[in-house]
Amino acid sequence: MTTKPALKDWPLWEVFVRSKQGLEHKHCGSLHAADAGQALHMARDVYTRRQEGVSIWVLPSSAITASNPDEKGEFFDPAADKIYRHPTFYEIPEEVGHM
Amino acid sequence: MSTLNDYLLHLADNAVVLGQRNAEWCGHGPVLEEDLALANVSLDHIGQARLLYQHAAAVIGGDASEDKLAYFREPHEFRNYTLLELPHRGPLVGYAAADRDYATTIVRNFLYSALMVMVWDKLQSSSDETLAAIAAKSLKETSYHLHHARDWLIRLGDGTEESHARAQAAVNHLLPYTEEFWTSSEAERAAVAAGVGVDVPALRADWDALVNETLAEATLTRPDFQGYITEGKVGLHSEHLSFLLGEMQGLARAHPNASW
Repeated sequence: MTTKPALKDWPLWEVFVRSKQGLEHKHCGSLHAADAGQALHMARDVYTRRQEGVSIWVLPSSAITASNPDEKGEFFDPAADKIYRHPTFYEIPEEVGHM
Repeated sequence: MSTLNDYLLHLADNAVVLGQRNAEWCGHGPVLEEDLALANVSLDHIGQARLLYQHAAAVIGGDASEDKLAYFREPHEFRNYTLLELPHRGPLVGYAAADRDYATTIVRNFLYSALMVMVWDKLQSSSDETLAAIAAKSLKETSYHLHHARDWLIRLGDGTEESHARAQAAVNHLLPYTEEFWTSSEAERAAVAAGVGVDVPALRADWDALVNETLAEATLTRPDFQGYITEGKVGLHSEHLSFLLGEMQGLARAHPNASW
């Protein structure tokens, strides 16, 4: 190759795949692509080759605002001792089935 | 051999030769995502070839098998279009892997899949029920191949100065080989008469429209053509097919009946 691929110019995309009807889309990885349409096609080729999905979402990684690992303590630890927030004190009738 | 066999082998050889050719990119694609995409396309073609060879072997009977048809026939017995056996680069160059040109790969895949979506579509109503079923499966795969190649052709043509120049060079190089689509071989005429095959020359106007519209969108021009029309589908091949088959058939011939 005499020329470098323009990879550094290709933005990163996050890929979400729904494995079957009725289930939610799950994050399964990321890839580089020039635009959304191409990202969708590449996601099909990279992440659904083994029948993993029936639907794909892609979105620019830059659109995600993530929590800061340094703030893990104040973000998540206070929930640790609030056992009453778990709905484990109710008796669920049999006929309701799995929740 | 009957003409039905010749026709089935034409379809099967097209698939196996292009599958083998495109597999050369496996592990060497321009980017990881594209490497996987092209390997998927290759595997689709090899899958189509297997179904067609199995069907042909059943029609031939005796000890015919898909492996014998793929691995133990000589170049002159192959019935694929010459277009599909050409290396991934322009004319008059050698075999160095480093010289592979992705524009050539994309243009060929576009020209061929543009034809094959129309061929598989028609073959769904073939009087040969097995072939009709293979066509229905292949149509979905080939529709994706067309989408993939068309998308890239437009990006390359309407891209940078260099990508445009290389896409145009690939179009100029490969388009003349598509003339072979439009001259019917004896096997094709017999298959059409029997209700088994597709009258490919009748698809020309639709194919031209798709190609012209795509080239226009890619800001590429369609070259005029005059000259020799290749005849790979009757067994008259370029020198490139022998090298391709040498690589593809070598293992099976060195270790007959090996399994792994």
